[in-house]
Parts: sequence; structure tokens; C-alpha cells
Amino acid sequence: MTLSAKHIMTMDDLTPEDITLILDTAESFAEVNQRRIKKLPTLRGRTIVNLFFEPSTRTRMSFEIASKRLSADGVNFTASSSATVKGETLRDTAKTLAAMACDMVIVRHKYAGAPQMLAEVMDCPIVNGGDGVHQHPTQALLDLYTMRQSLGKLEGLRVGIVGDVCHSRVAGSLVPALNKVGATPIIIGPPTLMPARPDILGAEVSYDLDEVLPTLDVAYLLRVQFERAERMPFPSNREYAMLYGMNPTRLAKLPSHAVVMHPGPMNRGVEISADVADSPRSVILDQVESGVAVRMAVMYLLLGGADSGAAA
Amino acid sequence: MGYREKAEVMDAEAMDRALTRIAHEILEANKGASGIALAGIMTRGVDMAGRLAERIGRIEGTTVPVGSLDISFYRDDVATRLSPEVHTTDIPYEVEDRTIVLVDDVLYTGRTIRAAMDAIMDYGRPAAVQLAVLVDRGHRELPIRADFVGKNVPTARRERVKVLLAEHDGRDAVVILEDDGRGVE
Repeated sequence: MTLSAKHIMTMDDLTPEDITLILDTAESFAEVNQRRIKKLPTLRGRTIVNLFFEPSTRTRMSFEIASKRLSADGVNFTASSSATVKGETLRDTAKTLAAMACDMVIVRHKYAGAPQMLAEVMDCPIVNGGDGVHQHPTQALLDLYTMRQSLGKLEGLRVGIVGDVCHSRVAGSLVPALNKVGATPIIIGPPTLMPARPDILGAEVSYDLDEVLPTLDVAYLLRVQFERAERMPFPSNREYAMLYGMNPTRLAKLPSHAVVMHPGPMNRGVEISADVADSPRSVILDQVESGVAVRMAVMYLLLGGADSGAAA
Repeated sequence: MGYREKAEVMDAEAMDRALTRIAHEILEANKGASGIALAGIMTRGVDMAGRLAERIGRIEGTTVPVGSLDISFYRDDVATRLSPEVHTTDIPYEVEDRTIVLVDDVLYTGRTIRAAMDAIMDYGRPAAVQLAVLVDRGHRELPIRADFVGKNVPTARRERVKVLLAEHDGRDAVVILEDDGRGVE
């Protein structure tokens, strides 16, 4: 079995079968990550470039660890210490990388569509590590993996995606991902942090978190992205926390089996209180752990097989 | 399918006897069952390892640990071929200083066994690694041989040897399949 996609730029690239294949393959890699020797020879001799034009800790490290565990040669590109500061365009950077014959590029960029542009110039598989406020597909995949591990299934789950929906590429990928696997996304947040047309996203919409909580299997808190907002989208952090923040009182309103997720990094005390973040109901660190296995699966499936093997 | 059954080289009784003999040979070569662990190679090697362990248990009155090994990530042809299905490796024992008996159904080029040896070494440093196979069909491409063999079956490269097991195929048998000339559909 192989993926139907050559690149993973948005969740639209993946069929429900692709998603299941990635999650199943990730389960095998999760076993490897428990071993004393956490290394496989699978992608020996392949070069994987981490092209990060935006700051990132967990995504970049997760991709880097994944490539190392598969014995690929990972190369890190950081915008601040590269020709980008001398004014090189993304297209020229891409052509330069292509000339060095890399086998895969992971890209994070502040502009939506940057991965698509790379794919036009390069022959190798491109994985979107987050483009602007558009998509972050490997985050959605690791979230699905974590939900499947903690709740035993995906189909029929009700997942509340709470908070800064309009600036969130995590929500941008998670909503279509949940729809593809037969789960129900519900976006919840203040109107100032909702997209202009929430009704066309393919999710149920609510502005009242407390009303929705008892129906959820997963409460997925989004980070309030202060750096992306043009002006403060709510009067104070305290007011946001009172209306949309996850705290012990709200945790008690969730069904007993439900879990709390967050893509990180957290604004403790804003969208999530410290005691919820560190409670046993939180699977936030499981998400980070799953990230490595899921990214290993993505690399293995995109770089294996006859089609991509001979790519220039 | 592009293959038809050409001949049956082992029936259920022959397979049963071969496995019982291999179990005895493993015990004889290792002077008993202590310090031995079996590692079946996905997927049919796992079933065979289970059958061998059950026989060893009956003969010696002890249990030998059994693990399963998926070698997909250790293959030397990942760039050209993905495994049809990746399974999870499960080695529920310490490999360090044990004698590991790799178990597979058919020994052919030896590439699977090379990968399996690399895979098991990642769990620790075994005292020794031995190989038990039900069928050795020849055509080795690497310097690898089996310690315990159910049956040597001379074959042509265009033929395929298939081990049928009751749990998957409804009956125990080893058959030789031949290209039916209609090509692979």
C-alpha cells in the first residue's frame, strides 16, 4: 500500500485511506520510539531539509528527530542565518536546494501557499510544516493519532476546537481531517476570533463553550495567537479565560472519558489553566510524543516506493 | 492471480512432523530450552514460531518466550518497494545474552534474514542467532544458511513457494506455484 499523494501540503491531498495508512504505520514507529536503540536504517542516505522561515520548537525538533531515527540526513535551514536575510527569494532558495539533490523538504512559512510554490520548482516530496494561517497537516495527523490512541476510535467523535479559530492553521487542517475520518468538528470561540464565514468550514459553530462541553469527546484548546492579531481581540486575558479558558470547573462538565488537547505552545492562564494542562485528563504530551511517530510514518510513506525513489 | 498450483510438496502430516523434528533439533543443539527465545518473522514466521514454542513446551515442560519481528523498516529495497502492510514488532523478552532462534516459513534470497538480524540486534546483543525455516528453496543472494530446515525444495526462480497455514488458509500445506502465463493482473 502506498499513499495516493506525492506531497502533503493540505489535508485535501489525503484520502481517508491515506490517513488510516499513515496512522497505522505510525503505530509501528511508536514501538521503535520505546526501544533503547531508537534508530532504524530505513531512509539511510536520503537527505531531508527542514526549511523553517518561522520560529518553531516542537515541529522542527519533531521532524528532525523523526529524520534522525530513520537514518536520513537532516539538514536544518533557519531563515535568520541564511541568504534570506540578504534578500534571496523563496523560489531561488528552492532551486538552490533542488540543485543540491535533497530528497524531501519540510517547509514552514508565514505565507499560505509557500509549499505549493516549492512543489512547482522542486521534484521531491514537500511536506507543509505550517503555512501562514492556512494549514498544518502533520499536526492534524498527530492529533488524529492521539485521539485514536486515547479514545480507541475516530469515527463519531465530537471534537470541540476552542478559541482563536481565525488565526489557526491547526484548525485549518484539523476540521477537514476530522470530517474525512467521520468525526464531528465543532468550532467554538468569541465572534472576534471566528473566521468571517464560519458556516462554510464544514464544522458546527458555537459561541457558548459551557453549553457544548457535556457533548464533547475531545476539548481541543487553540493557542491565542497574539502575534498574528492586528489588535487585541478581547478586552483582557482574564475575560477570555473566564469565557473560553479551560479550567477545573469546565473540566468537570466534560464527560468522564473526554480528553483535553492543545497543539502547544500554551498560554497558561489564558486558553488553559495550569492545573488542567498538567492533569491526567490532558493528553498534550502524548500529542508531542505521537508527533515523532506520525512524522516518521509520513517520511517513510512519501520516500518509499518506486515513484519517488528516482526523483531528481 | 497470475499463479497456479503446480505441486504440493508437504501435506499437513509432513509439516507437523517437520516442525516436531525442528523443535527437537533446537533443543538438542542448545542442550535444552534455557536461554532460548524465538522470534518469528512477520507474518507466517510468527505462526510457525508459536507452533514451535508449543512443541518445545510439550517436550521440555517449560515455556520459551516468543516474539514477532516486522522487518519492513530494515529492508534493502525501501526506495523501490514499500511493504504491503507494516506490522508492529513485539519482542517481549530481553535479547541481551540470549540465544535467539529466528523463525520464517521460506528461506530464499536470504535478504529477509539479513534484515531480521539487523532488527534483532537493535534490541540488544544476543549470545547467538540461529535460523529455523520450514522450507529452503535455494537461490541465496547472501552468505546465509539455516540451522534447522524442515525440507529442502529445489525450485526455479520463476516459481513461488507458498506455506499454507490452517489459521490463514484453512489447511496446512506447502505448495509450489507456477506462473500461469497470463501475467500478473
